[in-house]
Amino acid sequence: MGLAENIGRRTLSGLAYLGGVAQLGGRALYFGFAHPLKGRRVHPERAVHQAMAVGVEALPILSLITFFVGGIMALQSAYELQQFGAMQAVASAVAIAMTRELGPLMTAILVIGRSGSAFAAEIGTMKVNQEIDALETMALHPIPFLVTPKFLAMVVMLPCLTTWADFMGVLGGLLFGVTSAGFSVASYFRATLDALLLRDVVTGLVKSVMFGAVITAVGCHEGFSTGGGAEQVGRSTTSAVVMSIFLVIVVDLIFTVIFYFTNG
Amino acid sequence: MTMEGDSNPVASPIAGPMISVRDLRVSYGEREVLHSVSFDVQPRETMVILGGSGSGKSTLIRTLAGLEKPSAGEVWIKGKNIADASWREMDDLRRKMGMSFQGGALFGSMTLGENVALPLRELTHLEDSTIRIMVRLKLEQVGLAGFEDYKPSELSGGMVKRGAVARALAMDPEILFFDEPSAGLDPIIAAGIDKLIVDLKRVFDMTIVVVTHELASAFLIADRMVMIDKGNIIALGTKEEMRSSTNPRVRQFLDRVPEPEVATELDYLQMLSGDEKKKKKSKVKG
Repeated sequence: MGLAENIGRRTLSGLAYLGGVAQLGGRALYFGFAHPLKGRRVHPERAVHQAMAVGVEALPILSLITFFVGGIMALQSAYELQQFGAMQAVASAVAIAMTRELGPLMTAILVIGRSGSAFAAEIGTMKVNQEIDALETMALHPIPFLVTPKFLAMVVMLPCLTTWADFMGVLGGLLFGVTSAGFSVASYFRATLDALLLRDVVTGLVKSVMFGAVITAVGCHEGFSTGGGAEQVGRSTTSAVVMSIFLVIVVDLIFTVIFYFTNG
Repeated sequence: MTMEGDSNPVASPIAGPMISVRDLRVSYGEREVLHSVSFDVQPRETMVILGGSGSGKSTLIRTLAGLEKPSAGEVWIKGKNIADASWREMDDLRRKMGMSFQGGALFGSMTLGENVALPLRELTHLEDSTIRIMVRLKLEQVGLAGFEDYKPSELSGGMVKRGAVARALAMDPEILFFDEPSAGLDPIIAAGIDKLIVDLKRVFDMTIVVVTHELASAFLIADRMVMIDKGNIIALGTKEEMRSSTNPRVRQFLDRVPEPEVATELDYLQMLSGDEKKKKKSKVKG
């Protein structure tokens, strides 16, 4: 097969994949509003249960990771800032990096590993066991039943987790700042708050909502397209994680560009 | 007791067949699996679909249950052609049908009671206390009273199958589909499932379609039988008509005759070397 044909074929299948993912996300969102409006019984406890698993249970590991990332950011920026005698800028460097980029991104990557893979594995296993078929024969559509609660949980929890991640990152920077950069706790926090603009935090949170939508849609899409057998479930789970990471970075790029050009 | 979706005035009683299949063709991609299949299932009849592995019987029952779309032909259930039914019409039909899958397909994350309660919780506005009572009733009907709080992983194979039947019965369906109800069960448990199917038909006047290749079960529970071979119907009729069929494939199936062996040693060698050539080919490609 020629190179051009290969590229063409891969592009088309990639676009089809994106289309499938977007369609799934759109339908999950639609059912989130359509069902309550049509008088169907809603069960918020499903979304709450998902939110617990996605959000609350991720807090310990997220705290550790973003604390370390904040410290790393402080150290790396201090290394350069030292040469210009601008150590007091460490606080603002950490704050801006965390809120605009590292907070949302590290949170998304952790959630991909914990929850994106879990979604793909859970739905994939259900598919292999004919449980998805069983849902359909009971007139229970798999999307509102399985995907919508996850979707709602993720788009609510990711901004919450990101906010927490931002805070933990600042704390990580604080540890460095207080021990090696001549800050006091109060002065570090003051420097942080001075440097932060509302839009830094908001852009990060907007990105995190989009990340949540992408991770859910990709994870569930991979689950639904699982073939037969345990090996296929493994393949779907791997694919969900890899594609989620890739698409999260793409979405990150898109939004970063948008925010750059709309804010001057 | 009002149930959502029970507003269709054209529903039962129905004159004529409960299920009517006309020139049904089903394909998976390019490969046609069912070739122009036609038959009827009368109300309150138990129809057994017999066939060997790969004959298309599972595809047939999945199509009747609405899980596969026909590529051509018609499937009329309760006066509605599911080949061009809308989502809403299909949902209304599904509430009157129940399906028991080969492996049970109980939801592993829920208890047995939650599994049976699921359709009631989602599709009706019944109180939780009422639903609990109904769950207990359904489980009693299948001989699993008291097992509400067990997870499917804590149940034996036979109990999982019974649990799946209880869940299929939750919405009091008019039509029940069984995909290999006795597969992998010991004769005693399988006989219990057979008796359950017979009792369901007798007590609830249900129309039942069963896919199986267990001959003993088939002849016990069936009113009529249809045999599928390589996507075609090769026999259709009552038990007696089946038993006295002269169709060689039907006879082979009913008399449990294995595929013919090769005639001479030379043929056997040729067969072996032919197979080995094929195996080598696939190793090179793979």
